[in-house]
Amino acid sequence: MERLTRRASNERSARDSGAKHSFAKVAYAFALPYLLFLAAFGIGPAVFGAALSLFKTTGSNRDFIGIANYIKVLGDFRFVPAWTNVLTYLLIWLPLMTVGVVAISLLLHVRLGRVSTLMRMIYYLPGAIAGSASVLVWLFMLSPDVSPFGPALNAIGISDLYQVIRPANFAWLFAVIVFTTSAGGWIVIMHGGLQSIPTELIEAAAIDGATERQIAQYVKLPLIRRYVIYMFMLSVAGGIQIFVEPTMLNQVGSASSGGSLSPWWSVNQLGFTYAFQQADFGGASALSMELLVVSLLLALVVVFRTGFFDVAELDR
Amino acid sequence: MAGRLSRRSVWSRARRPHVRLPGFASIARVIVLAALAVYWGLPLLWLVLAPSKTNYQLSNGPPISFGAVGQLYDTIRHLFGYNHGEVAQWLLNTAFYTLSTLLIAVTCSLLAGYAFALFKFRGRRLFLFLTLVAMVLPDTAMILPVFLEMKTVGLINTALSVILPSAFFPFGVYLAYVYYATSMSREVFDAARVDGCSEVQLFLRIAFPLSLPLVGLVGFFNFVGTWNSYFLPYVMLADDAKYNLPVGIGALASGAGVFRAGPVLTDILRPEIALAALVTVLPILVIFLVSQRTLVRGILAGATKG
Repeated sequence: MERLTRRASNERSARDSGAKHSFAKVAYAFALPYLLFLAAFGIGPAVFGAALSLFKTTGSNRDFIGIANYIKVLGDFRFVPAWTNVLTYLLIWLPLMTVGVVAISLLLHVRLGRVSTLMRMIYYLPGAIAGSASVLVWLFMLSPDVSPFGPALNAIGISDLYQVIRPANFAWLFAVIVFTTSAGGWIVIMHGGLQSIPTELIEAAAIDGATERQIAQYVKLPLIRRYVIYMFMLSVAGGIQIFVEPTMLNQVGSASSGGSLSPWWSVNQLGFTYAFQQADFGGASALSMELLVVSLLLALVVVFRTGFFDVAELDR
Repeated sequence: MAGRLSRRSVWSRARRPHVRLPGFASIARVIVLAALAVYWGLPLLWLVLAPSKTNYQLSNGPPISFGAVGQLYDTIRHLFGYNHGEVAQWLLNTAFYTLSTLLIAVTCSLLAGYAFALFKFRGRRLFLFLTLVAMVLPDTAMILPVFLEMKTVGLINTALSVILPSAFFPFGVYLAYVYYATSMSREVFDAARVDGCSEVQLFLRIAFPLSLPLVGLVGFFNFVGTWNSYFLPYVMLADDAKYNLPVGIGALASGAGVFRAGPVLTDILRPEIALAALVTVLPILVIFLVSQRTLVRGILAGATKG
């Protein structure tokens, strides 16, 4: 049977090979608009940024200086603190995300029905309050006189917004803000992953006497492992880029003394400062490239090693 | 077998495993879930109610309460009167940027996804690979280099500087690729070709009318991403009249000094700021609520990006 169909398709492709040529042209025409964008905003910036990071731009002069920008940036007094801040943020946020999202997803999945569906929707809605608006909402939520969580804040000794929005607390603050916004979406995705587990496996385990916790630990968790890894990798790649939250907070809030908070708390903010405050595009590019390389490596791992993007199986 | 991607396995109702929780654990579970719902739901509820109160009422009354319709009207008036109606301008800008981006992104994504799915041509694998990588990379990764690119071509501080980069939407191409690869029937196309249909007609008359769920999905993700974008417009736009809402409300809150220790502008107080945040998120919120079911289905059907 297979040989018959293979021969038929060979004949067909032989017949079509003349037509295939014109197919290819049409395909390029269809894909061209997107490919232009890919070149301009996908590959272009990476190449342009990498190139620019090797030059020193003063006025309209451009001098090739090799890796001098990277060395200069490394020696900047703000460089190490910026990376430290970002890594601290990740150290708090990643476990919070991973454990939080997985635990909540498993808890929801124990019993499916209208309650769990409703809960999932409620957890997902704050995702609409993204970026700058969410910082504003959080500033309200952390002001004990205004916030519905006021009593809880008072109970842990916070009587004033300015006790919270100190640079020392930023890593925690951003971790909580970003978790609140992004957890809902990941919970929906985890739900998809859990739903793809054959119910026979779960039922078999239940029949064998496994408790719900054991089922979660030994059946469900291993089978959603790649979703968790995927979430983890994407979170790292996105997390090191953090910009909106610290910038917003710096712009909108202040220290209780009235001074500014931290214009170069994160690496991206530092790059922004280089580009716009110091007109040092070489330095800004160097910082961007550092972030890009890390994110790119993670992206490659996700694309090749998680098995989510198995395009081969879609090809015919 | 297309496995996980087959319509039946995704669309069919989940069969519920018959697992029982002991009574105590079941109650504990509901309590935890409800507490989480309060954590996530309360801020939203507060945000919707806050503009209806005065600044005094915000800090001296129950947080979850409705103020007065008249007060709501005043808040709206203050906010939209700020700086000669600048907030309305920001709203229009955001709508304009987002819809323009949407149009371009959906068109390019559908066409490219269609090409990748149904044709074989040189470089296809490479382009797909680049698309995947670009899709997984966070958007913020290239904003500074894109800014420098735009500066070089003199497009800084224009609408295009915000629209064009956002119209690059590899995730949309991926969605379209998966959709067309798994749901288009070769036979129908071959038959139409035999009848003398050109490729363009094929796409317009057969493929596109069947793509409406795809348009909805790609449109949704692109719309939400662009509407909320902050970093890109922050970097590209110098004139505050050109700001979109996310950037604008930051400037507003900063100028009003509402979260700063010190003197404040008289007209824009906390209810107005809350309203500004609400106006910014309302369209997205509405879309989220309205499209819940289709959205969840779409996310599960192969969109594994958060």
